[in-house]
Amino acid sequence: MRQRSQLNGLDYILREVSILNPNGSLKINDAVVSKIYHKAEEITQRVVTRREKPGVDWDEKLDNILTSRVWGFPSMLLLLGVVFWLTVAGANYPSQVIASALFWGQDRLSDFLYWLQAPAWVKGFFVEGMYRCLAWVVSVMLPPMAIFFPCFSLLEDLGYLPRVAFNLDRFFKTAGAHGKQALTMSMGFGCNAAGVVACRIIESPRERLIAMLTNNFVPCNGRFPTLIALAGLLVFGLGNSLATTAVVVGVVLFGIAVTLAVSWVLSQTLLKGVPSSFTLELPPYRKPQVGKIIVRSIFDRTLFVLGRAVCVAAPAGAVIWLLANIRIGNLSLLAHGANWLNPLAQQMGLDGFILMAFILGLPANEIVLPILIMGYLAAGAMTELESLQDLYHLFVVQHGWTWVTAVCMMLFSLLHFPCGTTLWTIWRESGSVKWACLAAFIPLGIACTVCFIAAQTARILGLV
Amino acid sequence: MGLTHQSCGSGVNREIFQRGMVPGAAYVIALAGNPNTGKSTLFNALTGLNQHTGNWPGKTVLRAEGKFIFQGRVYNLIDLPGTYSLLAHSAEEQVARDYLCFGKPDATIVVVDATCLERNLNLVLQVLEITAKVVVCVNLMDEAKRKNIEINIESLSAELGVPVVAATAREGAGLAALQQAVAGIADGTVKTSPYIVKYDEAIEHCIRKLEPKLKELVGEQFNSRWLALRLLDGDETVIRSLKKWLAEGTRVRAAAGGEILA
Repeated sequence: MRQRSQLNGLDYILREVSILNPNGSLKINDAVVSKIYHKAEEITQRVVTRREKPGVDWDEKLDNILTSRVWGFPSMLLLLGVVFWLTVAGANYPSQVIASALFWGQDRLSDFLYWLQAPAWVKGFFVEGMYRCLAWVVSVMLPPMAIFFPCFSLLEDLGYLPRVAFNLDRFFKTAGAHGKQALTMSMGFGCNAAGVVACRIIESPRERLIAMLTNNFVPCNGRFPTLIALAGLLVFGLGNSLATTAVVVGVVLFGIAVTLAVSWVLSQTLLKGVPSSFTLELPPYRKPQVGKIIVRSIFDRTLFVLGRAVCVAAPAGAVIWLLANIRIGNLSLLAHGANWLNPLAQQMGLDGFILMAFILGLPANEIVLPILIMGYLAAGAMTELESLQDLYHLFVVQHGWTWVTAVCMMLFSLLHFPCGTTLWTIWRESGSVKWACLAAFIPLGIACTVCFIAAQTARILGLV
Repeated sequence: MGLTHQSCGSGVNREIFQRGMVPGAAYVIALAGNPNTGKSTLFNALTGLNQHTGNWPGKTVLRAEGKFIFQGRVYNLIDLPGTYSLLAHSAEEQVARDYLCFGKPDATIVVVDATCLERNLNLVLQVLEITAKVVVCVNLMDEAKRKNIEINIESLSAELGVPVVAATAREGAGLAALQQAVAGIADGTVKTSPYIVKYDEAIEHCIRKLEPKLKELVGEQFNSRWLALRLLDGDETVIRSLKKWLAEGTRVRAAAGGEILA
């Protein structure tokens, strides 16, 4: 009863409000805004003293270059190139060191199990399955991440991301999307799930959905190592990290182009509408907390990746080993699956193992390449794999890769469905299974189409 | 420091840290401020958590909650989304405003950017209209110094009628003073006399008519002057929140706050 009377009380007050202020004639909002702004100005004048401005305004100088019509894009490209070159060139050596250390560990583990007189399947399951997959993830994935991540964080701390949004605003507007999508896209480089959550900064639901559905077209941290390794294979023989960098940058630019194209199509079809306007403040450049970034990248990010590797790669390795060692007829399950997928995969310039690796890699993109290597190793004879040469030998010599295979796998990696975590996040953020499904199937469709066209074109033109 | 494991991967889906896990929490403290004034950095510095920080406005999209202990008491700190105003033109503004009004924190820290005080003061004045339990933290003092900007902290405090603390959260400077000031406000040993904006006589007249009736309706729970102003403005979001609060009849602070923030 008391609650009802309270609600009635509110209605009574609201009625009185409509008498006091009929049809908003008092213009309260204007009065509030002008009074408050006036007061803020007044106080500021009394408490702030500004001595002469410092001689050089570095913010302005930097912005004149980084957001200028002429130099905005070249400088963006240059920065992107430098970051990737650092990642490619810097990751090479640590990768090899970690690989040799971890595979030395594998031999010791084998020795130990031999000494224990463990049955062969124990050694296979734990050492060749779980440990090896883990070792692969750590050695291939960790160094590029450990370098790219601090670089990305440095740019973010510096205040460069809003400048990217500023530069790209025009394009996103033309595509019918929101200018802030450039920010969420940039976050996607770090992690697609984080990019999807960052879409909350976009207020219009229509444009937020576009941003969420297209976020995975920029390669996340988990896919970079795959792209870098494949780019390395593609330019193998040139032995040049600059060439690898150029390929990776090209792939990233293609991803951005696809982002814009898909945004445009979505805003013409499923998510019709006009882009809303917005204001984005360009924050001052701030000196990044370099020490903190590095420490955090190592303790927070690296340990996180290691943890994730243990959680995902070890079971994945075990599953692969089981698939490769449980036989039906005289073929393993893995080979059955790969054979079954092969005709479809061949049309897209891939093979059955590659497609299988992408499907099994759904929980985390980091493990796609290790799964592929595991699959090939289980089918082949090679046991040691410590460098790009070994990888080249395994892929090209033993499994008949051509440059088209490498290109198609890069395209597929760039465009295919996002990882399970990202899909889950999209489902949670959009609150609908429909959009989460679309977030998986639109990219999958695009990946298949693009790979198909690329492979068929190359074949028709007789390039392979 | 960029992305942390809490802000990417599966971590993004884990928004609520420690909610209800701080049984000994004596006070709830809200952290408000304009975008990109270093709220998250301050939050991390106070709580020791690793909330994602980065130099771009609007980056804090995740709700964060953490605790800090000062002089033996546990304070629950809630990081609100960065907003330029509280007039509820956007979802973030509404979340922040509803929390300040209906969540009834024991103290609110408003973080302001020392390099552009004027714009930031707009928000401070709007917060003061809602609650008197405010500590203003003038952050980024190092940047202001580089830009040759000097701020008279004492006179700012006198103008606003609430404690003002200068800080450089990145270097941890001023944090102890801030905690001290927050403690004083939260336990009620420090009384404030916030500057309240006076409007034209026509508006003030209406407020005077409505205020007592609102006070009768909601008691001392909420600021009835501010509610009167919002109702006069025909602010649907406030009316909705108020109706909800009345219908539930709940007087449990935590529940009301959590509900609206959720």
